[in-house]
Amino acid sequence: MEEIYAKFVSQKISKTRWRPLPPGSLQTAETFATGSWDNEENYVSLWSIGDFGNLDSDGGFEGDHQLLCDIRHHGDVMDLQFFDQERIVAASSTGCVTVFLHHPNNQTLSLNQQWTTAHYHTGPGSPSYSSAPCTGVVCNNPEIVTVGEDGRINLFRADHKEAVRTIDNADSSTLHAVTFLRTPEILTVNSIGQLKIWDFRQQGNEPSQILSLTGDRVPLHCVDRHPNQQHVVATGGQDGMLSIWDVRQGTMPVSLLKAHEAEMWEVHFHPSNPDHLFTCSEDGSLWHWDASTDVPEKSSLFHQGGRSSTFLSHSISNQANVHQSAISSWLSTDPAKDRIEITSLLPSRSLSVNSLDVLGPCLVCGTDAEAIYVTRHLFS
Amino acid sequence: MEELDGEPTVTLIPGVNSKKNQMCFDWGPGGDAGVCYIFFFCFVSEKSEMVPSCPFIYIIRKDVDVYSQILRKLFNESHGIFLGLQRIDEELTGKSRKSQLVRVSKNYRSVIRACMEEMHQLAIAAKDPANGRQFSSQVSILSAVELIWNLCEILFIEVAPAGPLLLHLLDWVRLHVCEVDSLSADVLGSENPSKHDSFWNLVTILVLQGRLDEARQMLSKEADASPASAGMCRTMGDLMRTMPILSPGNTQTLTELELKWQHWHEECERYLQDSTFATSPHLESLLKIMLGDEAALLEQKELLSNWYHFLVTRLLYSNPTVKPIDLHYYAQSSLDLFLGGESSPEPLDNILLAAFEFDIHQVIKECSIALSNWWFVAHLTDLLDHCKLLQSHNLYFGSNMREFLLLEYASGLFAHPSLWQLGVDYFDYCPELGRVSLELHIERIPLNTEQKALKVLRICEQRQMTEQVRSICKILAMKAVRNNRLGSALSWSIRAKDAAFATLVSDRFLRDYCERGCFSDLDLIDNLGPAMMLSDRLTFLGKYREFHRMYGEKRFADAASLLLSLMTSRIAPRSFWMTLLTDALPLLEQKQVIFSAEQTYELMRCLEDLTSRRPVRGESDTEQLQDDDIETTKVEMLRLALARNLARAIVREGSLEGS
Repeated sequence: MEEIYAKFVSQKISKTRWRPLPPGSLQTAETFATGSWDNEENYVSLWSIGDFGNLDSDGGFEGDHQLLCDIRHHGDVMDLQFFDQERIVAASSTGCVTVFLHHPNNQTLSLNQQWTTAHYHTGPGSPSYSSAPCTGVVCNNPEIVTVGEDGRINLFRADHKEAVRTIDNADSSTLHAVTFLRTPEILTVNSIGQLKIWDFRQQGNEPSQILSLTGDRVPLHCVDRHPNQQHVVATGGQDGMLSIWDVRQGTMPVSLLKAHEAEMWEVHFHPSNPDHLFTCSEDGSLWHWDASTDVPEKSSLFHQGGRSSTFLSHSISNQANVHQSAISSWLSTDPAKDRIEITSLLPSRSLSVNSLDVLGPCLVCGTDAEAIYVTRHLFS
Repeated sequence: MEELDGEPTVTLIPGVNSKKNQMCFDWGPGGDAGVCYIFFFCFVSEKSEMVPSCPFIYIIRKDVDVYSQILRKLFNESHGIFLGLQRIDEELTGKSRKSQLVRVSKNYRSVIRACMEEMHQLAIAAKDPANGRQFSSQVSILSAVELIWNLCEILFIEVAPAGPLLLHLLDWVRLHVCEVDSLSADVLGSENPSKHDSFWNLVTILVLQGRLDEARQMLSKEADASPASAGMCRTMGDLMRTMPILSPGNTQTLTELELKWQHWHEECERYLQDSTFATSPHLESLLKIMLGDEAALLEQKELLSNWYHFLVTRLLYSNPTVKPIDLHYYAQSSLDLFLGGESSPEPLDNILLAAFEFDIHQVIKECSIALSNWWFVAHLTDLLDHCKLLQSHNLYFGSNMREFLLLEYASGLFAHPSLWQLGVDYFDYCPELGRVSLELHIERIPLNTEQKALKVLRICEQRQMTEQVRSICKILAMKAVRNNRLGSALSWSIRAKDAAFATLVSDRFLRDYCERGCFSDLDLIDNLGPAMMLSDRLTFLGKYREFHRMYGEKRFADAASLLLSLMTSRIAPRSFWMTLLTDALPLLEQKQVIFSAEQTYELMRCLEDLTSRRPVRGESDTEQLQDDDIETTKVEMLRLALARNLARAIVREGSLEGS
């Protein structure tokens, strides 16, 4: 982790996301999007970490990321997701959900589609609407699901003007994040420590399952699903705890891991190396959790680092073996047997790390100290 | 009244005739924080009868530094360095501490330089000339700031003794008079360097900056090109080579050096008397410079470009082992000589002069007046304070100077819509007034999303600012109530431990229940847990919901005793008793006996209690009558059901005892 590049960008970064790679591509990630918050003018920006080859002397050294293009965004960027290679979906504190289109030819961003009042409050007894921040968005082409402080869940479909499905009053408290579980099912986390599973095939506004932290009702801020084992889910809470859940069984987390000292803003399983997990927090830290260390033959396969070796581990048909070891890595309740190795990735901590994203060997994160950190050698 | 250090500046407000209109103003957020002055001006027309309200409000921001995109990088990056400095172990002493502090100072300077370079690029790239000028002026300000900082670093932090002091000063001059590098590239890049127009200028500058090795290389080029002067050039080169200088790795003492230097100086003097270089005016003037001849140096005013360069060159060739204590004498005379009475010293000159006089307070004062923002003075003062240089000085107001400047800087940050987070840490390191300042500022941050509110709350909770936590949660709870988000409102009042508000929200829940006959937000109410104990009404809400759940699960006996206990323990508000009694009706009508005889007596007492205390209503309209009718029927039905239940219960209990 010697090579982590920082760049100050004069705006507080609320979200960072890698652009997905085209299927079957062997490239490494080179473009990411960021969203800013709490500025007088907020932007959605696209950055490149690719080598330009013809850098002039002042254009920065190799590995520094360069701004490709940006576009004004009304309100704070609360969440950001790539819909596909060209389209980015942004959730706004004004309750608006916007799709931006990237034109690679002339490097510009343009507004592609917008749902202006996706999230709103209704005053008591009056028909007046006031906007409510949209807190989370998740995409699974062609569907877009958004959640907000109004406790509402919206299902949009690209190219449809109206919401395909809306669940009003889905939650009595604020919904903080959303992710897809299986295709018609989504997972939401809220500010009273509950994890809810919703099935869009069912009518009505009741979740199909509620899981919750016992006792203290600590708000949950982020959620991510294991990329291969869809029943394994990780969430991060206000007290900085990392919880691992098995949604097939029980209503309580399988394990609670003491992590950060303040709100955990994001948690991400590594998309192709799911034994690795990344978390970031309000306390200004960014952690890499490695649950693979105690399985020597597996780690040798994974530690080659490149995309191709990772690809191998999935295609070789020793599914059972991979399956078993993965279970032991996150769902095991025996702390002595499975040690998780944690490394801190940022040199000195100060202000909140609001967002992170991992893709292949690359990681990007953004902070309230107005810096974007990028590394391209996660596993070296 | 204290005398003013400078004339106040006058800002004209466009489009306002101050003779016709009356003005009043108020300070905006940020107040007199220095980073930005915001005034709200109201203009009230004199004919106020015709124009009822004041026609204009102007918002005036003085100094927009803090709004510069590039300076934001400076603020953010230096924030990290500042925190690092505060964490330097107090235990560290002597050399290791000093080297740490020097490193911190260098970090600050490199951030300034990075900003300067970026600003410079923008100034070049700017299409709009006005914009370009603005950037250029920022560059010159930053460059002056860095110049001052570097000098302070040498004099106050490094505290270089005689000998190394001059080496540091030379580096300082070389770093800030850097045109020579481009000139050198230009000359060396030409086909015949020694015939280049600026060849001798370059050689002179190199000698002025004490870069004698480079000057010698230049001279050797001249020697190659013109054999006539080759001998002279070689002699000059030897003089340059043999000039004794202090090198860091050398172990020789200062006295040894002084002795050697004296010999070398006399040798130079001999060459001058022998008129060795008389045929080459260029070489002759170089020799005079190397002898420290003031008149010869002042002839090169153009190349020296400023008085502090003159000072350092003069010291190099006349007193290389100058003691720090003597610096101020040389500085003052150099300034006088250089300006020659033609112009008066500028603010920058005064600041540097004050530094050479080791008058830290004067440096900080002059900087505060000359610079438009507090960034520089606040950080420099803090650093010097860590060098334990400011202990003796106390202000007659507030706390000490370090704290005063940090407070000013931090309040300036809080005036900015998004830099406020940086200000928090600066307040943290102001032991006396930091906390109260933070308390006052933090409450004024607009909270447009819950996420921002959570960040503010975290700041308050980490510092045990309970009063602020309460007030923020209350704001959020109120907002949620206004938006009809009762669940959210309840969560916030539980977090604030605000019993009164929890009662209010619980009442809203109960009212909604009475109106609709079902509960909303079950996911919250069912999971209240220990938070339920916050207020009686909330406990009642939770317990009442529990009753409904038991009833739904057909656990009638448990449900019945819970219902009764809600009334007998007086947790249930009296206004709700009728509803509770009505809820008891279906339980009374069940086939099996649920309420025991004793419990039925209790229920009857509750009912009588309720009906006897009912106020007698005077007026009676039809609606009221209808309501009363329903009420009377209800009471009648309850009485009947209770009596029947009592009968069944007595029979059952009697038969159980008998058996």
